[in-house]
Amino acid sequence: MAVLREETHTEEAARGSRRPAGGGASALPPAVPSPRARSHWPKRAELLLLIGPALLVFLAFVILPVVLAAYYGFFSWSGYGAATDFVGLRNYITILTDPAFLEALSHNAFIVVMSLVLQGPLALGIALLLNRKLRFQSLIRVLIFVPYVISEVVVGLGWSLMLQSNGALNGLLEKVGLGGLATDWLSDPSAAIWTLLVIITWKYVGFAVILFLAGLQGIPDEITEAARIDGASYWQVQRYIVLPLMGPTVRIWAFLSIIGSLQLFDLVWIVWGQYVAGTAGTSTMATYMVANGRNSGSYGYGNAVAVVIFLISLVVALLYQRFILRRDSAVTTTGGAH
Amino acid sequence: MAIAAPLASRPRRRRVSEQSRRSSLISYLVALVLVGLMLAPVAYIILGGFRSNSEITVDPSGFPQAWAWSNFGDVLASGSFWTQVLNSTIAAVCTTVFVVVLGLMAAYGLSRYAFRGRAAVYALFTAGLMFPLTVAITPLYILVRNLGLTNSLAGVIIPQIAFALPLTIIVLVPFLAAIPNELQEAAAIDGLGRLGFFFRMVVRLSLPGVITVGILAFIASWNAYLLPLFILNGEASYTLPLGTQAFASQYAVDTAKVLAFTSLSMIPALVFFSLFERRIVGGLTGAVKG
Repeated sequence: MAVLREETHTEEAARGSRRPAGGGASALPPAVPSPRARSHWPKRAELLLLIGPALLVFLAFVILPVVLAAYYGFFSWSGYGAATDFVGLRNYITILTDPAFLEALSHNAFIVVMSLVLQGPLALGIALLLNRKLRFQSLIRVLIFVPYVISEVVVGLGWSLMLQSNGALNGLLEKVGLGGLATDWLSDPSAAIWTLLVIITWKYVGFAVILFLAGLQGIPDEITEAARIDGASYWQVQRYIVLPLMGPTVRIWAFLSIIGSLQLFDLVWIVWGQYVAGTAGTSTMATYMVANGRNSGSYGYGNAVAVVIFLISLVVALLYQRFILRRDSAVTTTGGAH
Repeated sequence: MAIAAPLASRPRRRRVSEQSRRSSLISYLVALVLVGLMLAPVAYIILGGFRSNSEITVDPSGFPQAWAWSNFGDVLASGSFWTQVLNSTIAAVCTTVFVVVLGLMAAYGLSRYAFRGRAAVYALFTAGLMFPLTVAITPLYILVRNLGLTNSLAGVIIPQIAFALPLTIIVLVPFLAAIPNELQEAAAIDGLGRLGFFFRMVVRLSLPGVITVGILAFIASWNAYLLPLFILNGEASYTLPLGTQAFASQYAVDTAKVLAFTSLSMIPALVFFSLFERRIVGGLTGAVKG
C-alpha cells in the first residue's frame, strides 16, 4: 500500500515538474487531462455543475460572513434593522484598550504556546507507540481516541463536575492522603488556566495522534527495515529516520493547533461560563466576543471583535507559512493536499 | 495487516526476540497507563450515572454501591432526550451526505479538469480551513436570521456543510488525482465521458477518502456546540449537546441523572468512530504527507 502510494506520488511529481499547473497553490496536483479532446462548452458546463454548488455554499456561508463582519464592525448596531450608526474605528479602539480583551488575548497566547509544548511531544510518543505491532492494537487506539471523539459539552460537564471543590478529584486526593493538594481547580485564578490546559490536552491530543499516525503510515517500511538490518536500534531508527520524515506532518499539526487555540471557545464557555471565565482567568478572545457582542446585544461590537480575531489568526497564519511551512515545498498553509 | 504477516514469519535469533519481548512489555505498560488516563474522566461520568446523589455527595470518587439503573431509565423514558437524538441525527446525516456529495463533485472538478482559475479556486477553499466557525459566527447568525432559518435544523446544517467543505476537498483531491489516467482512457474507449467516469468509477475508487471525510463531518456535526447555541433557541429544536447542557442546568442538583444523560449522549459518536477508526487514519495519509 505504502509503496504503491509512493510510486504514484513520484510519477505525479515528475509530471508536475514537466508541466507546472498554473501557479498559486503548490499543493494542488496537476489536473489529469481528459484523454479525449473536447470542445470548450460542454467542459465548462460540466465544471460549473461539479464545482458550482460547493463554491456557492462556501462563498455564501464562509466568505460572505467574514466580509459582513468587516462591514458591521464599523457600526454601533443592536442587530435589528439596518446598521446606520457609523462609528468608524471606535469599536476597534475600545477593543484594543479594553483590559478584559487584552487579558483574554494573553490567555490565548499562553494556550497557543502551552498546547504546542504539551501536546506535541506527548502525541509523538503516543503515535510511535501505537504504530508498533501490539496485540489489541485497534482496541487501544479506539480507547485513546475516546476524548477526541466525545463532544465538548460532555467533556466540559464531566470535568467541571469532577473538579468542583467537593468533586471527585479532591475526594480522591483526600483518600490517598494528598488532601493538602486539594484546591478549587476551577475558580482559583492561579490554578484555573492550568486546569484548562489539562482539559485541552486530554481532549485534543487524540487529534494530533491521528494526524501523526497518518504521517507514520506514509513512511515506507523499506526505509526503517533497511536501517534495522544495518544494525540501528529501535530508538535510533525513530530518532534519525522516522522523526525527520515526520517534519511536514508535525508542522501541519502545529499550524492547526495554533489556529485552534486562537479560536478556543466551547470548553471555556461550558466549564466556566460567561462570568466565571473572566474572574478565574480563563477567558479567551472568542468568549469575550460572545459575551460582549451577542449576549450584550452589541452586534456591531461583536463583529469588530470577530475581525480582530480574524486578523490575528491571519497574521499568525501568514507568518507561519512564510517562516516555517516554506521548508515543505509541497505543503500549503492549510494542511497540504499532497 | 498485509505487512504484519511476513514480519511475524521471519525467523529471528533468540536474543532479538527476548529483547523485543521486554520492550513490548514496556509498550503494553505505557499503553495501559495511557488508556487509564484517557478513560478515567469518562469512567467517572458513566459510573456516576449508576450512583445515587447521596452516594456522590458523601464519596465523590467512589464506585456505585448498588448499581442504580433508574437514572438511565428516567432519561431514556423522557421524550426530550429522544427528540434531541432525532435532531442530532437529522443534522449529522444531512450534513454528512451533502458535504460528501458536494465535496466529491468539487474535488473531481479540481483534480481532473485543467482550467484557468483552478489554482485560485483551490486556494480559496483551502483558505477556509484557516478561519473556523468562531470568527464568522456573529455575522453568520445574522445571515441565517435574515434567511428565516433560526430555530430550524436547516439553519445549522447549511453552514455546517459550508465549513466542512475545505477539509473534505483537501482530503479528497489527492485521492482523485491518484486514480491512474489509464483507467480513464480505458473507460473513454468503452464510451464513458468524464462525467460518466465520475459516476461509474470515481465514486467507488475514492471510497476510503469519502469514508474518512464522512466520519469527520458526522462527528463534527454530532458534537457541534457554538453554531447550534446561536441558531437554535427552542427546546424542540435542540441537538444533543445543547440538550445535555440544558438538562445539566435544569437538574443541577440531580448530579447522578446529569451524568446518566451525559453518558447516553456520547454513545452514538463513540460507536460510529470505533467502527471506522482504521479508515480515518488511512484516509488522512494522503493529506498529511509532505
